This record gives sequence, structure tokens and C-alpha cells, in this order.
Amino acid sequence: MSFWQFLQDNWRELLTLLRQHVSLVLISTLVAVLIGIPTGILLTRKRALRGPVLGIANIMQTIPSLALFGFLIPLPFIGGIGARTAIVALVVYALLPIIRNTVTGILGVDANVREAAVAMGMTNGQILWQVELPLAMGVILTGVRVATVISVGVTTIAAAVGAGGLGVYIFRGLRQYDNNLLLAGAVPAALMALGADFSFGLLEKYFSVQSKRDKGRSVLLKIAVATAAAILLVGSYGVWRSSRVVIASKDFTESVLLSEIVAQMLEARGVPVERQFELGGNLPHEGLISGKVDLYPEYTGTAYTAILHHPPITDPRAVYDQVKREYDEKLGVDLSPPLGFDNTFAILVRGAEARRLHLKTTSDAVPYARSWRAGFGQDFMSRADGYPGFVKAYGLQFAEQPREMDLSLTYIALASGKVDLIAGNSTEGRIAALDLVQLEDDRHYFPPYEGVYIVRKDSLARLSVLRDILNKLHDAISSEEMRRLNYEVDGKKRKPADVVREWLAQKGF
Amino acid sequence: MSEATNNTLVKFNDVSYSVPSVTTPIISRLNLSVRQGETLVLLGESGCGKTTTLKLVNRLLLPTSGDVFVEGKATTDWDPIRLRRRTGYVIQEGGLFPHFTVEQNVALVPRLDGWDEGRTRERVDELLTLVGLDPGRFADRYPRELSGGQCQRVGVARALAAEPPLLLLDEPFGALDPLTRASLQREFGELAKRLGKTAIFVTHDVREALLLGTRIGLMAAGRLVLLETPESFLHSNEEHARAYIETLHVSAMSDKL
Repeated sequence: MSFWQFLQDNWRELLTLLRQHVSLVLISTLVAVLIGIPTGILLTRKRALRGPVLGIANIMQTIPSLALFGFLIPLPFIGGIGARTAIVALVVYALLPIIRNTVTGILGVDANVREAAVAMGMTNGQILWQVELPLAMGVILTGVRVATVISVGVTTIAAAVGAGGLGVYIFRGLRQYDNNLLLAGAVPAALMALGADFSFGLLEKYFSVQSKRDKGRSVLLKIAVATAAAILLVGSYGVWRSSRVVIASKDFTESVLLSEIVAQMLEARGVPVERQFELGGNLPHEGLISGKVDLYPEYTGTAYTAILHHPPITDPRAVYDQVKREYDEKLGVDLSPPLGFDNTFAILVRGAEARRLHLKTTSDAVPYARSWRAGFGQDFMSRADGYPGFVKAYGLQFAEQPREMDLSLTYIALASGKVDLIAGNSTEGRIAALDLVQLEDDRHYFPPYEGVYIVRKDSLARLSVLRDILNKLHDAISSEEMRRLNYEVDGKKRKPADVVREWLAQKGF
Repeated sequence: MSEATNNTLVKFNDVSYSVPSVTTPIISRLNLSVRQGETLVLLGESGCGKTTTLKLVNRLLLPTSGDVFVEGKATTDWDPIRLRRRTGYVIQEGGLFPHFTVEQNVALVPRLDGWDEGRTRERVDELLTLVGLDPGRFADRYPRELSGGQCQRVGVARALAAEPPLLLLDEPFGALDPLTRASLQREFGELAKRLGKTAIFVTHDVREALLLGTRIGLMAAGRLVLLETPESFLHSNEEHARAYIETLHVSAMSDKL
């Protein structure tokens, strides 16, 4: 599909993301200005505070943005997933340039002018508003400009905490290896940054030519207009929540599909749904526990080992029952009946290699592994039921330390020969298309990963129709079926919503 | 202790001023009176404390010991804002607000004091004319469009705007070329006399001192070493005074050559 075709098909979604992005940047910059400029003014009056406050703002800016989002999520009030957390983080990033430039600008006012102002009997307030701020405005605006341009960039990462924005396309494009998505996300973001830079540059020129009267007042007017615009954007950003069911998904295609299935089934029965898809890391779980999310798709094995921290076992029934019981007792949360497929870790090698070396099981591969390079996703490398246990169980040794990379890139890396063995998902749509072969887990190392939905008990109580839907989906999707659905999206580049709609019609749900 | 003599506007009573970082005081036990209507010139070389003395009058600085009385009240008792509104202040580099027009600069204190617009505009026109600037041409210009001399004229107009009884001037004509400086000195002298203003004028130029001062206060190393009329100054035997007088002779001689 050409890029222009893509734009034609998706312009509505792109516009929504664009609006979210602008909203986030505008609101956070405004808040940073409202906090930063007064702080800067205070610092020019109190020399003792200058070092510590600037030091703190400096440190806050060096924290990697994704890490900062991570820190903020569990905090009460300002935490959680969505726009609010993102805005807090964005404000933190915008503060340093604004505070520092306010200080520099005000201290840079000609000492003679300030002395004359004092000698003329101007009060401190009059000096601030009539002399210092107007003369410092050019420098202060430079600080706001820098903060805004930084914001546009950092906001792309806000998609990882469910805040929306152009980052959604960028992350999705990376995951699905789709250039159209990448461009559609990155190009508008870049243009926005350039546009902000340019407009502020014009504003600064306006202020540095010291020939304008009453600059203090006109700046206030501009700020008022900007605030009004921001409030309008926020208002339309969608703060309605109450009766909606919030469905989250993890940040890969299969999870999105499973969530979309429940979402469409609910909407068909007249229940409004809020979708918080493609959330990174542990966010769906955190969201569920903190009450911000009602339902999300999970795997029994993941819940068993990564969340409940049990050592892996192989009996699917035992795993399911244990998870259901513990989730109920400890977290007040329920498990749907199993969906019917198992998405376990698939040890994959190239088809050509498998045929040449007659590889059927993982144990077959062990002798050759010594000369192989392996590549694994972050998840596999960090989990107890992942890499560490795996190599121990099979006595595996690779030529060098395995490469850690984004999971969706491991398939391409394997197919193109950059690595020789990966641990992918068994329901990954591209396995057949890329001629990859799954080696049998003959030592039964990996626990079962049956697909289920995790749902809050109070949400179930509130909506009986939800229980009906989950029961209907019991054993509704086989592993082959899941793989096919994944391929429709990842391989054929179709939209998840379309694939789900088609499938639901087919199954008569 | 209130020292209200009929026509003493400013009085220094045993005033000293020092800063923590410097061991010798900047001003030592200064005693001085300024009478209404006079122009007291503080003359001295750089670092003698004359600018500091000036700043003690409008409370840009406070004395470390002793008292400075303005209109009979110690500066420590004055509300600083009220005091400064009653003293016009002119400095060497003008200190005009670069983002204000000439009109806005001159009208600054009247506007702060809440004068009505009509009265303010009249006053600005009157003052600009007084300092030799045509209001029609100059009122809406910005300081960067003016020459050095024009800026200083605006500075004087600004200082006079709210009709303060006292003027403080710190080397106001120092940065100007000799011709402009001479012209402004002459005009200022006439102006001060005509308006009956009291002025304290700081300079390191002995000719300016002789020309403009009703009395000359010679300062050296933070002390007042001489306080005389210009005539008495010329005939003084005090060493610093003599040094200044010598310079007059030398330049007079070079004029003859």
C-alpha cells in the first residue's frame, strides 16, 4: 500500500491522534509555564534557592522519559494510565528550560535600567511587570520554545502509557514492521516540532526588537488566548468515563485482537466501551488492579509465573485453577473460561536449518547451539520462566550472550540470518510465511499459556452481559485460528477492527 | 532626633558606610548640609565615595552608622517609595527604559503617582520643551533612536516630571562629547536656578564643579576634605584642592599654545 493510500484510508484516526498530541503538548507546556515562570521570578529574588532548584530541575530532565512514566504510574492521584500521567511527566521535562531562561532573562536586564527604576520609586511589583518581564520576555520565550519542541518529541512516548498521540502509530509501526505507520506517526511529529520552533522564533523576534509598548499586557493577552484554546481542546478530548467499560490490551497484535473482540461484542449489545489498547509493560495489570481498567486479555502461564511468582509447572488445568483461585482471593479479580488456544513460547529456527539438520525437538538443537547466535525479546530475557530457566533446563550454550531486542523484530532477524534461534509466540501469524519451524518443547520446560480474560469482579457484577460474552467465548478460538487472525493483521496489514468484525459475523456472535 | 532647620533639605550626621568585603569604610564620619535652592557639587576622583554619598540620600543605600535626614526625617524612617518619588535621579548612562517611548519614560513617575492623563501629557510636553526637545518630534521616539545628549536631556526631564524638591545627579554629562557637555551644563545651570530646585551633583570634572556649584564638597578617600563656594575653592590651600586647581592651569596653558 502506498503512503498516500494509507493516508486516505486512515486520515480520521490520524487526525484524532494529531489532536491528542497537540492537546498533550499544549496543556503540559501551559502548566509548565504557569509553574516555571513564577518559580524563575522567585529564584531571581532568592539567590540561595537558585542552585538547589535549578539542580533539581536539571536532574529531573536527565531521567529517561520512559523511566519517568514508569515511576509515575503507581503514584496516587497523579499516576495511573492515560493523559494525566503523561502530562505530569511532560511538565517535568518542560520546567528546566523555562525556569532557567526566566532567571537568565530577568538577571540580564541592564543594571542601569533597574537602578533607575528603583530610584524612581517603583515598587517591586511595578518593576517586575513594567520593566523586568517586558525586557526579559525574549529570553523567556526562547525557553518556552525549547520546552515546546522537546515536548513534541517526548509526547511520542506518551503513547506507551495510554495517553494517545502520534506515538501510537510509531510504536505500532515498529511492532508490525510497517513503514506507512512509522511515517504517519513520525512525519507529523517532526513537522509539529518544526512548526512550533518557527512560530516561537517569530514571537521572539517580535519581542527582542525593543520597540513595543506595553509588552507585559500583550503577553498576558496571548497567554489568555492560548489557555482558552487549550481548554477547548481538552474539553473535546473526551473526559466522559462513567458508564463505559474500559478494556485494555498489551502492545502486540494478538492482545489487541482479543480485546477488540470483547469490545465489539459489548458495543453490539449497547454497552459503551473505552479502548486503552497497546499499553506497554505491566500497565494493563496495574490498571486492572487500581480500578482504571475493567478487562484485559492475559495468559495463564504469565499470570502464574510473572505475576503470582510461582515456579513453572506444566499441567494446564492446575495452572488455570491456581490462578483463578489466587486472583480471586488476593486481587478480587476473576478469570474468564479459557479461550481455547495456547500461546506459549515457541522455540523457532529457520525452516532450511531444521530440514538440513533434522531438527524436531529443542534437545535436537542443543549440540548445534554452541555455534549459534540467539535473539530474544525483553520479556523472555527478564522473566524467571524465560531465558534463565530455559538454558538451565536444556543445558544450552550459545556462541555469545543472546541479543536482546524488540520481540517483533526477532522474527525478521531469524529469517534473514542475523540470529539462528529465537523464542517467539506460538500463535505468531508470520511463522509459516517466513518459513520458520517450531521445535518441540520435549523437556516440557514452558508452562501452559492459555488465553483468558482477566476481569474485575465488580465490573462483572455491574454488567451481566459481560459474563454472557465471556462464557460465549469459552473455547471459541483454536491455536490455528489465532494464528490465522494474527496473520490477517501482521501479514496482510489489515486493521484489527475489520478482522474482528468479519470473524464475529462468521461465528455468529 | 528631628533636625528641621527652615531651609536645610538634606543633612548628613556623622555618617559612615562600609561593606563587609572591604576593610576600609567607603565613607567615614561624613557631616554635610544641603540648603534649599542650592546646587551642592560633590567633587572627587574615582572611589572617593561621592556616588555612595548620593545613594544614601534616596535610600538606595542605608548608612552603617549615623543618620541621613531628608526634609527633617531620617531615611530609615522614610517609606522608600515615597522618598524616591520626591527625589529626581539622573545617572550617567541615562537608565532610560529601552522599551518605553520618550513620552512614556518622562511620564513614568506622574503615572505611578496617579496623575490624570491630561495633566500628565501637558507636563511631558512642558518638560521636553524645557530641556530643549521638540515634543512633536521626540515624544514617540525610542531611546535607541536618540543621541547621547538627547538621552540625557530626556533623563533630566524624567527626573523633573513629578516636581520633586530635590534632584540627585551622578555624573550626568560624563559620557558626552565636550561640545554637548558644555551646552547641557549651561542649560542645566539656568534650569536649576529658574526652577529653584535643590540639587546634589556628583562629578570628577573640576570645571563642571566650578561652573554649576553654589558650593563644592571635595571628597577624598571617603572623607569630606573641603566644603566651600567656588571662589573660596580656587583660593584654597588644601592639597587636594590645589591638585585640581593645577589641572586648570595646565589646560589653560595648553589653550594658549
